[in-house]
Amino acid sequence: MAVEGIGARALRKEDKRFITGKGRYTDDVVLPGMGFAAFVRSPHAHAKVRGIDSSAALLMPGVDAVLSGDQLVGDGIGNLICGWMIHSKDGSPMKMGGWRALEPETVRFVGQAVAVVVADTQAQARDAADAVVVDYEELPAVADPLAALDEGAPQLHPEAEGNLIYDWEIGDEAATNAAFENAAHVTRMQIQNNRLVPNPMEPRAAVASYNDGDEHYTLYTTSQNPHVARLVLSAFYNVAPEHKLRVIAPDVGGGFGSKIFIYPEEMVCLWASKRVGRPVKWVSDRTEAFLTDAHGRDHRSEAELALDADNKILGLRVKTVANIGAYMSLFSSSVPTYLYATLLSGQYDIPAIHANVKTVYTNTAPVDAYRGAGRPEATFLLERVIETAAREVGMSPADFRRKNFIKSFPHQTPVIMCYDAGDYDATLDAALKAADYDGFAARKAEAASRGKLRGIGMSCYIEACGIAPSAAVGSLGAGVGLWESAEVRVNPVGTVEVLTGSHSHGQGHETTFAQLISERFGLDTDAISIVHGDTDKVQFGMGTYGSRSGAVGMSAIVKALDKVETKAKKIAAHLMEASEADIQIEGGELKVAGTDKKLSFTEVALAAYTAHNLPEGMEPGLKEGAFYDPTNFTFPAGTYICEVEIDPETGRTEIVNFVAADDFGKVINPMIVEGQVHGGLAQGIGQALLENAAYDENGQLLTASYMDYTMPRADDVPSFNLSTHETVCPGNPLGMKGCGEAGAIGSPPAVINAITDAIGSNDLSMPASAEKVWALCKSSMRQAAE
Amino acid sequence: MSKVSMVLNGKSVSADVEDRTLLVSFIREVRGLTGTHVGCDTSQCGACVVHVDGKAVKSCTMLAAQADGADVVTLEGLANGGDLHPVQAAFREHHGLQCGFCTPGMIMSAVDMINRHGPGNLDETTIRHELEGNICRCTGYHNIVKAIKAASDQMAGMAQAAE
Amino acid sequence: MYETQYHRAGSVSEAAALIGKAEDGKFLGGGQTLLPTMKQRLAAPSDLVDLTKIPDLKGIKVEGDAVVIGAATTHSEVATSDVVREKLPGLATLASGIGDPAVRHMGTIGGSISNNDPAADYPAGLVGLNATVKTSKRSIAAENFFVGMFETALEDDEIVVSVSFPVPQKSGYSKYPNPASRYAMAGVFVSQQADGSVRVAVTGAGSDGVFRVAEMESALGSNWAPDAVAGIHVNDGDMLSDIHGSSEYRANLVTVMAKRAIAAS
Repeated sequence: MAVEGIGARALRKEDKRFITGKGRYTDDVVLPGMGFAAFVRSPHAHAKVRGIDSSAALLMPGVDAVLSGDQLVGDGIGNLICGWMIHSKDGSPMKMGGWRALEPETVRFVGQAVAVVVADTQAQARDAADAVVVDYEELPAVADPLAALDEGAPQLHPEAEGNLIYDWEIGDEAATNAAFENAAHVTRMQIQNNRLVPNPMEPRAAVASYNDGDEHYTLYTTSQNPHVARLVLSAFYNVAPEHKLRVIAPDVGGGFGSKIFIYPEEMVCLWASKRVGRPVKWVSDRTEAFLTDAHGRDHRSEAELALDADNKILGLRVKTVANIGAYMSLFSSSVPTYLYATLLSGQYDIPAIHANVKTVYTNTAPVDAYRGAGRPEATFLLERVIETAAREVGMSPADFRRKNFIKSFPHQTPVIMCYDAGDYDATLDAALKAADYDGFAARKAEAASRGKLRGIGMSCYIEACGIAPSAAVGSLGAGVGLWESAEVRVNPVGTVEVLTGSHSHGQGHETTFAQLISERFGLDTDAISIVHGDTDKVQFGMGTYGSRSGAVGMSAIVKALDKVETKAKKIAAHLMEASEADIQIEGGELKVAGTDKKLSFTEVALAAYTAHNLPEGMEPGLKEGAFYDPTNFTFPAGTYICEVEIDPETGRTEIVNFVAADDFGKVINPMIVEGQVHGGLAQGIGQALLENAAYDENGQLLTASYMDYTMPRADDVPSFNLSTHETVCPGNPLGMKGCGEAGAIGSPPAVINAITDAIGSNDLSMPASAEKVWALCKSSMRQAAE
Repeated sequence: MSKVSMVLNGKSVSADVEDRTLLVSFIREVRGLTGTHVGCDTSQCGACVVHVDGKAVKSCTMLAAQADGADVVTLEGLANGGDLHPVQAAFREHHGLQCGFCTPGMIMSAVDMINRHGPGNLDETTIRHELEGNICRCTGYHNIVKAIKAASDQMAGMAQAAE
Repeated sequence: MYETQYHRAGSVSEAAALIGKAEDGKFLGGGQTLLPTMKQRLAAPSDLVDLTKIPDLKGIKVEGDAVVIGAATTHSEVATSDVVREKLPGLATLASGIGDPAVRHMGTIGGSISNNDPAADYPAGLVGLNATVKTSKRSIAAENFFVGMFETALEDDEIVVSVSFPVPQKSGYSKYPNPASRYAMAGVFVSQQADGSVRVAVTGAGSDGVFRVAEMESALGSNWAPDAVAGIHVNDGDMLSDIHGSSEYRANLVTVMAKRAIAAS
């Protein structure tokens, strides 16, 4: 290790444990006397629970208890909640139905838990769960969001008439309609955003224990935000008061949003651990994950783009129906509203935008944030419409985009967001060059000589990261503030521990955050450790999602570092009898400028703790905390270009080149940023080509394992061609924007634009399965022949 | 219940287990070696890959009893003392892991792949095809492929140097 | 998985005796399909009789004009066998594409054909090569062995001992995999037998398991070239249809894979 500061491709400090099998995930936690939970789940998408007979299960070997919803409700455990209030355009609040962790009356999606068995072993618990007999009265079900709005559709919650949760709008409707009246050309499209299952490779898990001696609970769990979990479990679910509940999120095997939320199972394990008097472990199997993890996306939209005679965009009109599933998950309401429609301006100067979003209940798993959360839906819609409009008016897609780019900053869009900085021409130019866009025609001809169809497509995305200014999101309905916290502890011997409210589940915080300290104090990264994921160790923090750990989490660390630096300089100045203003920190030493006087960082730290000779009135110690509340969102943006080759005989699409040119603001560790983009791109390509959570009309999930849900594998994706182009974000001290979601946001439209370019047919929904592409190739060829 | 004995990472071990005990459960729960992971139920994700008698297998799709008498190596047994196996080192060097959950299976599959093809004989297309049984959700495979290629080439160089 | 009793048989007769004593026993090959099925609690055999350690069931050898592959031979062993690569190249290709490398280290030819999954590869290989299945009781021609989806001619206590493949002049296999499971959506095995006769066998696509395409066989009999089958389409109505592919699409894949199998032969 070495001094590795901002911009260094530092190898990851956390890797050694992972490559030697020493990572510690929730399922690796073993507590003395631990029992195992298995859930009894509904096989029906919609049914009344008439009775639960656990008599046979209770007699089976090793079984401690079979617990059901009546007991849960009887113990005063609260309903699961959605923490973001959305108001309909008529001013009425969203219509939220009750969600109990174990449902005693009416189940509303396949896989919903009605009871839990605790037994000595996992196998015994599952054996006994199979023996619990539940008497269901099946009810009609609806899985399709448009069908759910139909008159006479099965009704899920009495609170939400017609299954409508809210009918929300954003933007100036009159101005937008006027733009369309004056349009020289209007492009209209129906656009579907397919439903996805996040699928972190580590399934959710919980190990809960209760100590009746001090009435204290501990929960090890797969969480992206352990403090938020503790807050919700305590304040809303009444499981335990916050000071009697420790939540630990140890190594977490990926999240992608799905581990933000507090699910029934984790809460039930806590409650059950007290009920049965032993620690309780539950580990989701993959099919349970498919059935019960919050899904993502699932939008049906109509989009219209108005252009003037000079091909400048006049307005955008969008109507979207969003499927939220059977219950409102923790942040579900915000995803199809403020995380979606506020990004509909994209990189373009659009004078008028109006969007209407209807969010509906269906008999499917809850839908909430998944990598990108709303922004992929906005980007897909806009970039498909932009591409289509360019083709319709006969302009090159690149020129059409460039003509309509926002050129000056700050730029206020018609949909709340005020973009602070960017250079969209720069990323477009870089991508065109990297993709050898000009050479495409020759490659297409060469492919045609082999009987293959080549296409090229682009996407110029923007997203909003660094969520978010607390007052701003509060005014929009958020139930929490979205600041972040940090504490920097300099130990007496000069090593540093940073306690962060962010949580790393693959992002490499242990390395990038250490680089920040290494840069500031000139310390070896080995002398720095990053502490996160334990509510007993770390001060309250908001966790990791929405590409916020850099822009918000690291900004909090910067604030704490500022305080530490100020104090260290005061001590050094005092000890060296110099002016505080003359102290410089360099290479792990505090020096008096223009002299050879210096103290090592260790000496200053030790002086702070021995406290034998501190400035008058100074408290001992060298430890500072800070909270950072961002002043604005950040706006990463870029251009992605995808080139595909299609086998018209089978419809199989091969991605032959994928170029990403991104502006993430200041980059701390390029290696890690590239890794984030690679992963996001694979997920976006997965959405475009492969992935689809399919329910049948009765609400049965048809894709509940890797036998049927197509995960991108190594031979489905190419190696990627990446570059970054920095405009510094003025909103935070490091100038960072965020890079975690861009790949998943920007790539799907680039892929679909490329395929539709190749096959000469625009009517292609995601995922662009081989069969769909084959059918379109066939009909294009038939048309060409006629 | 049956008595199952095997050599696990060079050490003879045995235990009485239910016959339905999977090899991965034997490794993780009976022997406490939690470096081998379970990521699916259908034998596809490959997080559980270990070597049985020198060959990569999915330990979630094998009974412990089937491995009775076998020589089993997990990720924990791959390093030679303090020295990382070249594949382990390459995964770190090339950022071939993020959350680390698929990593045990990826590394064990990669070692098996290099053994079968011979060091230095892997190209990108072959590596991607050979990874058909290992799913990663974080890395987009880009750096995993790079890491395996680098390790394979480095091992070829080591083999040449040894000659 | 429900509890079960595991037995390791040392010989074919011991295996038959063990299964005879079991209440609801099953033979265990590599277990790459059976164990996941048991894990999902879709199968609950009282006993498992492991056949893979029986010496008589292992190995690949040439007997006269045929290659004989022991039932407990793994896909990996078949795929990398010099004998198979030389004499049955289509079968080596087929075996090298089953599942993934780890699955191929465990899965066996005997286990695969005894299960007769409609999307498995081997049924096309056996029918396409006019193989004979030798069991503990008799010899069965491949076409009579595969009865229907997950159904074979095997009796409960009958064990596949080996499969005998007459060496063809030419053989080839091409499959279009299901993008999720990687099983065959359509896998076509073609061979030109020693006597010049032609076989085209299809797996994955048919609604009743492996089947032959007589029209393609006769076209190839006079012209062994991809173009010979390009215009021949199987009946959509006989094909499987599910979320991964309609019957129309699968029928198209049969033609395309047949062309590619011939090109590869």
